[in-house]
Amino acid sequence: MSNAKPLLNVSGLTKHFPVKGGFPIRRTVGAVQAVDGLDFQVGEGESLGLVGESGCGKSTTGRLITRLLEPTGGKIEYRGQDITHAGRAQLAPIRSEIQMIFQDPYASLNPRQTVGKIVSGPMEINDINPAGGREARVRELLEIVGLNPEHFNRFPHEFSGGQRQRIGVARALALNPKLIVADEPVSALDVSIQAQVVNLLQKVQQELGIAFVFIAHDLAIVRHFSQRVAVMYLGKIMEIADRDDLYNNPRHPYTRALLSAVPEVTVDDIPRERIRLQGDVPSPINPPSGCRFRTRCWKATDKCASEAPPLVEVEGNKPGHLTACHYPETADSVPAPRLSKDPQAAA
Amino acid sequence: MTSTDQQPFLSVRDLKVHFSTEDGIVKAVDGLSFDVEKGKTLGIVGESGSGKSVTNLTILGLHDRDRTAIDGEILLDGKELLTATERELERLRGNKMAMIFQDALASLSPFHTIGKQIGETYRKHTGASKKEARARAIEMLRRVGIPQPDMRVDDYPHQFSGGMRQRAMIAMALVCDPELLIADEPTTALDVTVQAQIMDLLKDLQREFGTAIVFITHDLGVIADVADDVLVMYGGRCVERGTKKEVLRAPQHPYTLGLMSSMPSLDGPVDVPLSPIPGSPPSLLNPPSGCRFHPRCTFAEKVAGGLCSSERPALEVVAGRGSACHLSIGQRQEFFADFAASRH
Amino acid sequence: MFRFLVRRVIGAMVILLIISAITFWLFYAVPRDPAMMSCGKNCTPEALAQIRSNLGIDKPIPVQFWEWLQGAFMGREYAGYGHCDAPCLGYSFANREPVFGTIMDRLPLTLSLAFGAALVFLVLGVGAGMIAALKQGKFLDKFASSASLFGSSLQIYFVGYIAMYFLVSKMGVLDQPSYTPLTENPGAWFSGLLLPWLVLAIIFTANYTRMTRSQLVEQLSEDYVRTARAKGLSQANVFFRFAWRGAMGPIVTVFGIDLGTLIGGAMITEATFSLQGIGRLAVASVNQSDLPMLMGVTVLAAGAIVFFNIIVDAVYALIDPRIRLA
Repeated sequence: MSNAKPLLNVSGLTKHFPVKGGFPIRRTVGAVQAVDGLDFQVGEGESLGLVGESGCGKSTTGRLITRLLEPTGGKIEYRGQDITHAGRAQLAPIRSEIQMIFQDPYASLNPRQTVGKIVSGPMEINDINPAGGREARVRELLEIVGLNPEHFNRFPHEFSGGQRQRIGVARALALNPKLIVADEPVSALDVSIQAQVVNLLQKVQQELGIAFVFIAHDLAIVRHFSQRVAVMYLGKIMEIADRDDLYNNPRHPYTRALLSAVPEVTVDDIPRERIRLQGDVPSPINPPSGCRFRTRCWKATDKCASEAPPLVEVEGNKPGHLTACHYPETADSVPAPRLSKDPQAAA
Repeated sequence: MTSTDQQPFLSVRDLKVHFSTEDGIVKAVDGLSFDVEKGKTLGIVGESGSGKSVTNLTILGLHDRDRTAIDGEILLDGKELLTATERELERLRGNKMAMIFQDALASLSPFHTIGKQIGETYRKHTGASKKEARARAIEMLRRVGIPQPDMRVDDYPHQFSGGMRQRAMIAMALVCDPELLIADEPTTALDVTVQAQIMDLLKDLQREFGTAIVFITHDLGVIADVADDVLVMYGGRCVERGTKKEVLRAPQHPYTLGLMSSMPSLDGPVDVPLSPIPGSPPSLLNPPSGCRFHPRCTFAEKVAGGLCSSERPALEVVAGRGSACHLSIGQRQEFFADFAASRH
Repeated sequence: MFRFLVRRVIGAMVILLIISAITFWLFYAVPRDPAMMSCGKNCTPEALAQIRSNLGIDKPIPVQFWEWLQGAFMGREYAGYGHCDAPCLGYSFANREPVFGTIMDRLPLTLSLAFGAALVFLVLGVGAGMIAALKQGKFLDKFASSASLFGSSLQIYFVGYIAMYFLVSKMGVLDQPSYTPLTENPGAWFSGLLLPWLVLAIIFTANYTRMTRSQLVEQLSEDYVRTARAKGLSQANVFFRFAWRGAMGPIVTVFGIDLGTLIGGAMITEATFSLQGIGRLAVASVNQSDLPMLMGVTVLAAGAIVFFNIIVDAVYALIDPRIRLA
């Protein structure tokens, strides 16, 4: 980060969910290592994309930043203030500055409240009375997100999925937040609607200077929205870099495989490079030793099993481009073999 | 494409599916025709409410018969399905035609082991013994790439990972070597790396058995990967069809064009806003008049006489290629030029 | 499963211990003197003290409770009765009979009543619910649904007396409710309990019809039921092996609770039909300030409910392999 003081500074962030078991007395016998030692920063007005497959811990990370979950370890600093274990009272002023947008536009809006009530909810809770009154502010917010301000008396079921997501955005904007955590904000929407919401979020980010943590599994949408991107796998960051560095020069084999697996709307006569990873993501209860990606990596050696690669600026990376790999990819490295289909042969 | 000497394996003609609901009649499918040949994949693209899933449930006869009015023809290998009895359909389902669904966890029975669920399809259609069915289930699991199939055969679906469940569902659908496979968003719930595995698997199995596949998806990227032919649905109707190359390289319908331009890509420009399609998908309870896409179409005003809102555009198909739009060919070439330039 | 049972049985013991302690304490929380009941008209303070000492209620309450527990697990010595083997729940204040023996005498009637009625309402209720689910929106469904709404609003003392008046006194179709042990005369056992069974069934069936219907309707729209149909399985096969399997869980849960309640709390039913079961014993023990009997009946009622709860959880795990018992 070039900024001397980032808006959000996360170091060593860890969240383990206990697993109960044992006999005859039930006790904690293990832990789901959902998030395990994350380091990243988000600057003022910056948009950081968090990508990864299901179970990589990206949503947990979002919930930890917004303190909907209590971290097991590590540190979260917001504008230099340690909020890792801050209590309700300490968090109160910060809660209005960090807002969240959820995936499901149906479940995340109270069906018994009008849009006006939903959007003004954060103002009521925090006892904020904007100049001109709350209703005027709600109308203004609805206007910003592209809804008819006259519709503030309607209920969520009268809106389509895309419009509901706009309501969610309006609610998040109500308190002039500095940081919005958007957890898969468009993945529940139809393709033709996704672009509308992405454009809205981008407009909000640029015009109001709000920083974003944009959590998604769709690499193309993350690329479109984020200035920097972190790729997560099994609770760890594999690679983090400025957008163009990450997409044009992926150094981690996982990033490269992920990018090559995205189906693209192109009908090429020369087929694209395709890396086929074998098997599934291992269980976060018993993650592989060393590098967590090694069980699916075509480059893995004994070193990968014994030694966890640190997230560093490996040779050939631009400043700020960090990769956690012992054997980083290079532009001319031989593409991964198209691995055999029989997993037993690959094992 | 369609050769004259060969009859298509699946042929749908002017299919209409209307449901009666408390609020009125839903015209889920409104005059749809398509063919699928053996060994070929037809990709059906559409958003929620386009009628793509209803079409395929109707082919299998799994729609709610009490509440549905159906018109048209569905011919499977020359046999009319819409007039077939429930008994006849039961013999075809899982046997000659099979289906795989989007959500494998919800679509597999939580109460029975994977092996039992695969085996019972086989027993139903071949009369095999329990032992034979179990051996067949193990063989199928091996074929779809489940490691240690002889042990995993006794697992329940919740003990499988997401990708393995989808593999198990494919094994279940293919256990009787069906000639037609309908795949309804089979990879939508999966991660990209697993999605790629599943698409490869389907392609390999098709090459091996010559199955005709109908692949339903909302994702044009998936279509580009798996389909031979493409059919784009909007509001219960086909708006465009053709080979994959024809449709994806030179779309002829503003909706197809809109879908393609609204999707961000991994190598396109990033600092310009996306070009979304305005508005939302239509309600099939009160669908728009004329062309169902006209309220969202940026080109509607270029057509003289308000034709788009008053008259349904005809779908003229020549050699498998066609689109239903009132714009003239010349107009399309002119308006879609920018898009075409960005694709080449 | 074994671990689950061990854990749950230990838990059940703790619950019963707490319930019996609370009952003991509640009994004395109301000012009353069981000794007065036995003292008669010419009661002197000396006689009263003697009775108190005989009943063992002159000691502090915790000591009394401890002795009661000791008796239940190890047996105890009783002044005037001699040794009483475990499980010894003491002797009734009212009639000096051993509590455990009295309960054992009354239990077969209550069990017959509960299980007989349960069989009838389970078969009728689930059957009607299945038909309603199959014929959704049609006449049979609407009929079953309205009949069940009517049935669930009835009360036993109302239906019971009406049924007895018409079916027994007026028409003589059924016998006056009575209890003959099954081992003695199965025919008399059956005909004597038929009316209470049917009346109980009318009231409970409704609940099971509605529950079965709604559960089945929900299950029939599940994706996995559609998949089973897409495999070519017949409608009957899909209905019973898939949809019904999924619908069973909640029905088993409610059935377990109902059975426990029927065994532990059949006061009104037994009073309505003048049957001498556990329920009437409970009422009598309260009226007579009969602490040992009250304790015995309370522990039995609570035990029945806790027992069926464990059974329900175990059965649930057998139905649905996703549930892991621990």
